[in-house]
Amino acid sequence: MIDHPDYGYDIAAVRADFPILRQNHHDNVPLIYLDNAASSQKPLQVIESIEQYYKGYNANVHRGIHKLSEEATSAYEGVRKKIRKFINAGSRREVIYTRGTTEGINLVANTWGREFLKPGDVILSTVMEHHANIVPWQILSAQIGTKVMYVPILPNGTLDMDAYERLLRDEPVKLVAVAHVSNVLGTVNPVEDMVKKAHEAGAKILIDAAQSAPHMPLDVQAIDADFLTFSSHKMIGPTGIGVLYGKRDLLEEMPPWMGGGDMISTVTLQGSTWNDLPYKFEAGTPSIAEAIGFGAAIDYLSNLGMETIHAQEQRITAYLLERMSEVPGITVFGPEADQKGAVAAFVVDGAHAHDVAQLLDAEGVAVRAGHHCAMPLHTELGVSATSRASFYLYNTYDEVDILIEALYKVQKTLR
Amino acid sequence: MHDLYREIILDHAENGRNWGLLEPNDFDHEEHNPLCGDTLHLTLRIDDEGIIREVGWDGSGCAISQASASMLGERLVGMPLKDAMQIDKQEVLDEIGIPLTINRVKCALLALKVLVVGGMGKREWERIEDEEEDDS
Ligand SMILES: Cc1ncc(COP(=O)(O)O)c(C=O)c1O
Repeated sequence: MIDHPDYGYDIAAVRADFPILRQNHHDNVPLIYLDNAASSQKPLQVIESIEQYYKGYNANVHRGIHKLSEEATSAYEGVRKKIRKFINAGSRREVIYTRGTTEGINLVANTWGREFLKPGDVILSTVMEHHANIVPWQILSAQIGTKVMYVPILPNGTLDMDAYERLLRDEPVKLVAVAHVSNVLGTVNPVEDMVKKAHEAGAKILIDAAQSAPHMPLDVQAIDADFLTFSSHKMIGPTGIGVLYGKRDLLEEMPPWMGGGDMISTVTLQGSTWNDLPYKFEAGTPSIAEAIGFGAAIDYLSNLGMETIHAQEQRITAYLLERMSEVPGITVFGPEADQKGAVAAFVVDGAHAHDVAQLLDAEGVAVRAGHHCAMPLHTELGVSATSRASFYLYNTYDEVDILIEALYKVQKTLR
Repeated sequence: MHDLYREIILDHAENGRNWGLLEPNDFDHEEHNPLCGDTLHLTLRIDDEGIIREVGWDGSGCAISQASASMLGERLVGMPLKDAMQIDKQEVLDEIGIPLTINRVKCALLALKVLVVGGMGKREWERIEDEEEDDS
């Protein structure tokens, strides 16, 4: 076994911040939580920030003149500024609150897509996308006559960049919709290069950052993304809140999506005018407690440092892949550790993914089994389902070892 | 109450200076505060040297938004329009002279917003509104 390098931070202190990690999964079997790509656990700092809001200053935002509403508004808008900094957006007005990644993509489809795409235009997605970055484009295309095409992958699980360039050249591509990091293969896509090429071809690009924002530093201006979207719950924050970043000029041109309170400037019985950015896209009472919790999550991640977190995840991914390669009869999908996020989707010869996950669960190891909302990718890989172990900042090398031991047990049981 | 609403604010709000729209005019713009529905409409007469000679307001809303319009209007008379575009938002808030929380700042700055958006467009106003905010 290799010598474990340092974590780059106090791993024991980090783990102590996450109450759920202290509990046993079953009697005398500790929890090894390896389903972080689906959703992450939450530290006390996040949980307590929500409790403080509900106990101390719960009120609606933007409308009230009373002290509680002012406090709630300050906290809620303060988080927007934190997010701006976290992703280096040019302005807080480019930070639109959503329920999560899925809503961010649907917002772009229903506003920018409906306004600016014409019948025959191509939306270029990829075969490795989560359904959230496929289905909205299919729905839109059925409604307005656009066409969805997909960049294929190479056998090593990376995007076929030659095909990407060819499609951009030969097809009337108006929008590229691509994941920054695949939630199954872990592939880190070369988004800066893809953005450049999309722009050269006259297309806009939307980046699904659901699996990158939690794990690496993001700079939307350096990437030059037109749209970028992610979810709080995958980055130690609450469910029900996420972000759509959009370039200001694009957001200004886009019509609103949902109508209601907060998004208007004036309303008459004949018609309405829209509020300024970002409120134009934020109809109705938002997820206030969740936004405040998200702010605490961003503080937590920023205090550790996204570079530090990313470096540690790369080390643990390298260790994980090395250890998995020792186990005979296991196939891990996706590229080598240096091109990969902390995700390993795998199959065990002769065993269905659900059975694998069930037996791992008995050992205290929580992984996910299925198609992980990426059915086209699984079809491409020629498997109906995979098991997926995905890591985060609180996972340890010891937990990798426990996973490996458990996999040996699974093999014995199912053989 | 008197700490919160200084006498002078109540006076400006009740007896708005330069109230009544000018017709004809050289500047005409209206804005709303979407949060509470305050409206302010500003008209100006500007001479050949670009100096504001007459100010005419109309509008409805809270004491803070109406008083700040009245106070700002008094300052505008005799001022070159291009200098008026440079009026510091902090000066406007200071003139109101009472502590304003995040939702009320919008009321206090509505008058300045009408002036700046009408003169230089929405983007310029958003830039001013966001100043110093992002590093907090
Ligand atoms: C790559 C990717 N995109 C989109 C999503 C959808 O995120 P959410 O369910 O938070 O909207 C996920 C999460 O499952 C994901 O992994």
